[in-house]
Amino acid sequence: MKYEILKLLARNARYTTEEIATMLAITEAEVTSSIKELEKDGLLRGYKALVDWDKLDGAYVSAIIELNVVPKAGLGFEEVAKKIMKYPEVESVYLMSGVYDLNVVVKGKTLKDIAWFVAKELATIDSVTSTTTHFVMRRYKEMDVELVSMDEDDRGQLWI
Amino acid sequence: MIDYSKVLNKTVTEIKPSGIRKFFDIAATMEGVISLGVGEPDFQTPWQIRKAGINSLQNGKTKYTSNTGLYPLLCEISTYMERKFGLNYCPDNEIVVTVGGSEAIDACIRATVSQGDEVIIPQPSYVCYEPMTRLAGGTPVIINTKAENDFKVTPQELEAAITDRTKLLILPYPCNPTGAIMEKEDIAALYEVIKDTNILILSDEIYAELTFGKNPHAATASVEGMRERTVTINGFSKAFSMTGWRLGFACGPKEIMSQLLKIHQYAIMCAPTTSQYAAIEALKNCDDEVAVMLKEYNMRRRMMVAGFNKIGLTCREPKGAFYAFPSIKATGMSSEEFCERLLYSKKVAVVPGTAFGDSGEGFIRASYCYSVEHITEALKRMGEFLSELKV
Repeated sequence: MKYEILKLLARNARYTTEEIATMLAITEAEVTSSIKELEKDGLLRGYKALVDWDKLDGAYVSAIIELNVVPKAGLGFEEVAKKIMKYPEVESVYLMSGVYDLNVVVKGKTLKDIAWFVAKELATIDSVTSTTTHFVMRRYKEMDVELVSMDEDDRGQLWI
Repeated sequence: MIDYSKVLNKTVTEIKPSGIRKFFDIAATMEGVISLGVGEPDFQTPWQIRKAGINSLQNGKTKYTSNTGLYPLLCEISTYMERKFGLNYCPDNEIVVTVGGSEAIDACIRATVSQGDEVIIPQPSYVCYEPMTRLAGGTPVIINTKAENDFKVTPQELEAAITDRTKLLILPYPCNPTGAIMEKEDIAALYEVIKDTNILILSDEIYAELTFGKNPHAATASVEGMRERTVTINGFSKAFSMTGWRLGFACGPKEIMSQLLKIHQYAIMCAPTTSQYAAIEALKNCDDEVAVMLKEYNMRRRMMVAGFNKIGLTCREPKGAFYAFPSIKATGMSSEEFCERLLYSKKVAVVPGTAFGDSGEGFIRASYCYSVEHITEALKRMGEFLSELKV
């Protein structure tokens, strides 16, 4: 049941306890206690709004940075990843399979901000051997939500 | 000048246009309408089904199929009916693939009903049975099912409706618009009434996959004694979210099906080829996708039923299909009046119960083929509408 609650909250964090209880045919008390446990166990990490920043001119730009890193003996990529995640400019950090090691999403006010951040901070970390910066030009979909909505409800031609 | 009122088929000209249509036309002219009106899934057809359709086109599979349908599809339907509902139909002569369940209903009525035969139709129910019966020269005999019986047909009601001219009984379960289902024992009770007659049954089971009770859907033909007199109709529109593909099928004893096939053969020739290829994929590999949709419908169903009861519209638990059918009797308004005033004052579109027969008076049909957020907003507006009535 906890998994079902997580799935609903991941879809819409603003569902009320009552709504979740109704949808899953359980009591509100069960929902409340499950959510508390999920929060305590660190499975539920937050409830954030999904904002289409592109609608706000000049709000921010972001880039995906591919990093190649020399792993440290005994620590692997752990040390450098944890160092990088501490920067406020960094939105997410992933360890990747494939041709590069760390995928870092960086946000800034301008392209120049990001370029400087990469050049001055990320590229200068000892174990980082190379960086490749890809600027995000347009967001079509984020967290399952289509931001550039092309699908309209085209039903209603027939009311059977 | 031709006087059209004199030259056209009298039976056709006397058929009233669908009552649902009127509401759709009004709603379509208004801005910002939030609808609970449509009777088709909001889900996209699962991707692998669409891909199977595309592949068949790319491979040039664009010719007629045999009248009954692609043989691999007939075999899949046979397996599916066995697997899901415990029914055995031979792909060689007991299954016909049709243009939606609708064509199967029409062909079945025309294959069985002669001039003057009576067709028993439980209402409230989907709008096509009555006109199709009339077009076949039959006489509709309506059973007005009751809310207190959960809109099931009772043996007493059936017995009262039977005459020596009764040819066909329509069983539209799971039911659009009431959400009613018939359990195995309900069907068995009807069998007791008709077992010594030659009355045939058209069992429209298009919503068979969409039931939410303890028991899985009970197919009419799976009840002892019923198979020889039943034509089972099903299709891909609802369960697989394939409304626009127009694909359904009829299954029944070969003696009936060989006659039904003649009508299909001369009127339609064969169901759309692309859709048939897509449907093979649907039956073979889409149980998981159907299960996901069913789970989603169930959550919406619970939201909607709880919501209606909360705002003061008594709503029984619909056990199948994807509609809630709450009573609006507490408002003192007729169904049509309720729907019209709701549409104009709160811009929420629902369908008056009377669109599905006179016995739908006092009820409205609300579809839950919409997101939870959409349903919540519609219920909120309906709640406001009701509290403003009380002031």
